[in-house]
Amino acid sequence: MSDPLILGAVAYDPKVVTIWEGFRRWFAEKGLPFDYILYSNYERQVEDLAGGRIDVAWNSPLAWIRSRRLVPQAQALVMRDTDRDLTSVIAVRDDSPIADRSDLAGKRVAVGAVDSPQGTLLPLALLDGLDVDVRRFDVGVGLHGDHVGGEREAARALAAGEVDAACMIDANHLLFAKEGVLPAGSTRVVAQTQPYDHCNMTVTDTRSPLLERFVSLLLDMDYADAEVRPLLDLEGLTQWLPGRLSGYDQLEAAVDTFAFYDETGRITADDYRP
Amino acid sequence: MQPGDRLRVVGTDPHLRVHLAPWARTRGHRVEGDIVTRGDAGDRRLAGAERAGGATTVVERPPRTWGLAARGALVEAGGPVLDGADLDERGEVWTELAPRLYAQAAASQWDPATAIDWAVPHLDPDVEAAVVQVMTYLVENEQAALMVPARFLGRIHPHFREVIQFLAVQVADEARHVEVFTRRASISGLPLGVSGSGGRASLQTLVEEPDWATASFLLSVLGEGTFLSLLSFLERCAPDTLTARVTHLALQDEARHVAFALGHLGEHVTTDARTRDRLRAAVERRHDVLASTSGLGDSVHDALVIVAAGAWTADAIAQGWERVQALQTEMDEGRRRRLVRLGFSEAQASELSALHTRNFM
Repeated sequence: MSDPLILGAVAYDPKVVTIWEGFRRWFAEKGLPFDYILYSNYERQVEDLAGGRIDVAWNSPLAWIRSRRLVPQAQALVMRDTDRDLTSVIAVRDDSPIADRSDLAGKRVAVGAVDSPQGTLLPLALLDGLDVDVRRFDVGVGLHGDHVGGEREAARALAAGEVDAACMIDANHLLFAKEGVLPAGSTRVVAQTQPYDHCNMTVTDTRSPLLERFVSLLLDMDYADAEVRPLLDLEGLTQWLPGRLSGYDQLEAAVDTFAFYDETGRITADDYRP
Repeated sequence: MQPGDRLRVVGTDPHLRVHLAPWARTRGHRVEGDIVTRGDAGDRRLAGAERAGGATTVVERPPRTWGLAARGALVEAGGPVLDGADLDERGEVWTELAPRLYAQAAASQWDPATAIDWAVPHLDPDVEAAVVQVMTYLVENEQAALMVPARFLGRIHPHFREVIQFLAVQVADEARHVEVFTRRASISGLPLGVSGSGGRASLQTLVEEPDWATASFLLSVLGEGTFLSLLSFLERCAPDTLTARVTHLALQDEARHVAFALGHLGEHVTTDARTRDRLRAAVERRHDVLASTSGLGDSVHDALVIVAAGAWTADAIAQGWERVQALQTEMDEGRRRRLVRLGFSEAQASELSALHTRNFM
């Protein structure tokens, strides 16, 4: 048997095992030898990708940026339909006197984990130049914000009046309204990022003969297939799309602004301990 | 809307534009500003979906892939297979009587707290002791009658919904019977009577019967059928109104259980000719297993005589004994009648009735 294609994924939730075990079985049925390695944080995964110990990495947007800084020829092969054109928002309580971004100067702003693109880096980049009191909720550090806990804690702090504003991805603003963490009508969005893209399937070495087949199988996964649909539901997509690089400029800039990684991919954020 | 159709979304919520995009994204639609282009994920989700029969139509053998879906539902493909639902053949499980008997059962539920006047009867102590013994016997029989349908309930395919509903109520009926007979046994403060080992052995053969049709036949047609005579006898001969009342209420429920079993077994024997042979063999096997046991214990038999006598005098006891003899004849006639309804010949019915456990249930 030929060596399998090895994928790295971060185990931010127990469902990750179900997802990749299911995909592994599905790939095997299609004749693709495939296996996966689970990581506890994205930094280790990216270092293993750059070091050639895995063939492909299911990367967060921040992990993508670091991969490309470590290995400039890195490629984004595919992404989920739901990875495209996301936004993050900054919300205040509805009765707050804060009317727009500039009113946040000197205010307490709650964010997610230190390494969350959507809950911290991207929305804070909107406030660049303003002197704000950042209250960070470091839940799942190393998971690049995949764990919703940091954003949820930030939202709770907003609802409790402990902070003046909270940052989160658009989908979580909707989710927290459904959950009752931020009841509908209780908050106002005072700032919103431009659309950005999220995860992608990253490679730094395209020589594996199995890569082409892997990409082709991913793109062929059909939501009408009852075997694969539950896995797509768990992974949060209805179809895989070709990777694109147009949606990462904001995060590239934010990484530089906050000196999260240097230009060679070295971790430079002082208080980041994945 | 068809996939590809576009819709402008307007509304007054200030967050409409913030929320529209993530809402649409997770459902496979595309959004540009306030225009949503319908995707096809919803249609693809239902590719391969099938109707789980019709709401009022029962299929011959529902696939286990329908799982817990409501009969008539549009079942999305995939999802877990309900492996445990191995009682999945219409001929084995279903009876057209099920919907009507379930409705009747649901409408006939009674509350032990309000349907019965729990005033303490003041009987001759010997007669009261006999009532307590009979109640002690009834409780263990009702316990078996509860456990048997409960064991099969989880194995019946949910497609046969009314059968499950009926059996669930049957289990609840037996739970009430256990309660009221226990309460009648305890009301005068006497200790409970004897639980004979032969009686328990007989009941245990019911609980351990692995085949649904056989268990239903032995329990409901033969056992509960026989109990119709017993409960009716107790209602008629009861020395106090409380005993008459609790046996009357239980009798109504048991009659329904017997009707259901006769219904589904009646359809079963017509679809599978070998069923009657299997049922006959089960009666013979149970008789052989129980041959070395005493059947109805003396304590229960004597208690029935005293209850029927109503007094501790020689004449009354002689009369009570006659009544119990008549009861046993009545039980035999009832069993034979029900066996003939299931298609057994008169001779077979007579033979099988005679082999029925001496413990009645």
